[in-house]
Amino acid sequence: MNNFIKRLEAFQHYKPLLQQLVMKDVKLKYRRSFLGYVWSILNPLMIMIIMVLVFESMFRFDIANYPVYLIIGQTVFNFVSEATNQAMWSITGNAALLKKTYVPKYIFTISKVTSSLVNTLFALGAMLIVFVVCHVRFNWYMLFIPVILLQVYIFSVGLGLLLAQGTVFFRDIQYIYGAFLTAWMYLTPMFYPINQLPFQLMWAIKHFNPLYSYITQFRTIVLEGLFPDTRLIIYGFVVAFASLLIGTWVFMKNQDRFILYI
Amino acid sequence: MKKKNDKNWNNNNEYAVIVDHATVRFNMASERIDNLKEYFIKLIKRELMFKEFLAVKDMSFKVRKGEAWGIIGTNGSGKSTLLKLICGILKPFEGQVTINGSIAPLIELGAGFDGDLTARENIFLNGAVLGYNKQFMQNHFEEIVEFAELQDFLDMPLKNYSSGMAARLGFAIATIVRPDILICDEVLAVGDYAFQLKCQKRMNEMRKHGTTLLFVSHSIDSVKEVCDYALWIEKGTAKMSGKVDEVCDAYMKYLQN
Repeated sequence: MNNFIKRLEAFQHYKPLLQQLVMKDVKLKYRRSFLGYVWSILNPLMIMIIMVLVFESMFRFDIANYPVYLIIGQTVFNFVSEATNQAMWSITGNAALLKKTYVPKYIFTISKVTSSLVNTLFALGAMLIVFVVCHVRFNWYMLFIPVILLQVYIFSVGLGLLLAQGTVFFRDIQYIYGAFLTAWMYLTPMFYPINQLPFQLMWAIKHFNPLYSYITQFRTIVLEGLFPDTRLIIYGFVVAFASLLIGTWVFMKNQDRFILYI
Repeated sequence: MKKKNDKNWNNNNEYAVIVDHATVRFNMASERIDNLKEYFIKLIKRELMFKEFLAVKDMSFKVRKGEAWGIIGTNGSGKSTLLKLICGILKPFEGQVTINGSIAPLIELGAGFDGDLTARENIFLNGAVLGYNKQFMQNHFEEIVEFAELQDFLDMPLKNYSSGMAARLGFAIATIVRPDILICDEVLAVGDYAFQLKCQKRMNEMRKHGTTLLFVSHSIDSVKEVCDYALWIEKGTAKMSGKVDEVCDAYMKYLQN
């Protein structure tokens, strides 16, 4: 318990560093680009439009308000994919710094996931445009959306910590994870309706793919104007905290050995 | 970074640094294994043995508050490893390291700098790396810029700076507060002569106010000038410690033979 309080104090002490690192990422992302932050909104819009064109003309799915359906899945998946991919390199990428000064190492991992959260908040701007264009009815349940993002954030921090510490010891993880992410994308009902899948696969996705829970919560609110199923929310939080717990535990266990491998 | 040792506080509060039988072990795998394929092959062949390398072996020494210690030794003798141990970057494999007070590590100036950010932004970033908040950095911003003499280049990305200019900025930030313990690892060698004098002056000021100094240098003259005591390390063990003149003379004699 005493240890825990000490850790919390250390985190408090280094919070300004977390802020600075996130600001650095956000600032540098669009430095010297002409449109700057507008790209954060424009980019998801462009990708969505292309995907809508592809799927509306080539493979037709029976989904009402398809652009909205698509952009929700796309935004949530991109958040997780970007956050974990960045977090994976957070320790090895800051090797120079970690060798020269004492800084709690997890700060770098959390900062990468937080930068991705900030990017996602920009992407919500793109989403808003799609909502308006597609005549989505705004409702009070939409105030619950930050809670969904919080679940995704906690989940990503946990997975990010796990990947970051793994990459220190085995650089192969980047290739394995790259392939894993592709599989994960197709196993997430991002651009297709889940009930088109064979029953067993559908069952597996509903039970073992946490992204299904997050995306479905989001879609229920926006597309159906209803409050999401409580079981989905509980499931979402349980998986998120389990991921955080496992990630933190493994990370803490191995962090003293990082310096020997970076 | 603050570490408090409540248990032995009464006995030990006259000491700033206590290194108690500390050993640092590196796993020197015959080749560095950092991919899974090799790992499994070695695992199956049972070749996954690590060559142990003890960079610091059973080292013990104490530094009283306010003392200045020079750490000398040949390349690869474990000087930097010892400093990293004291800063908390490395953890001892055996033994204990106790620190009383705040540490300013000058192991490499501007270790937290990002070349794409401007000097202004880097000041805040580096300050945060050292654990200072934004308000504090804002209050001391002018002072840092003035000391580093970089007023005209504040909004230039740091990648366009020369290494000497970056080192100035690093030194100015790292020494903005008077730390209880200042750790210097050959960082002053990069600046020009005028700046070296300036740094020396600042270090002397800190010493006057009671800062403990740990100083690593290959220049025996500057060790003699700055420090009162010296620790001579050879192959990870303390070969000799005591008054700076005696240790330095013995070391020089050893080198010439």
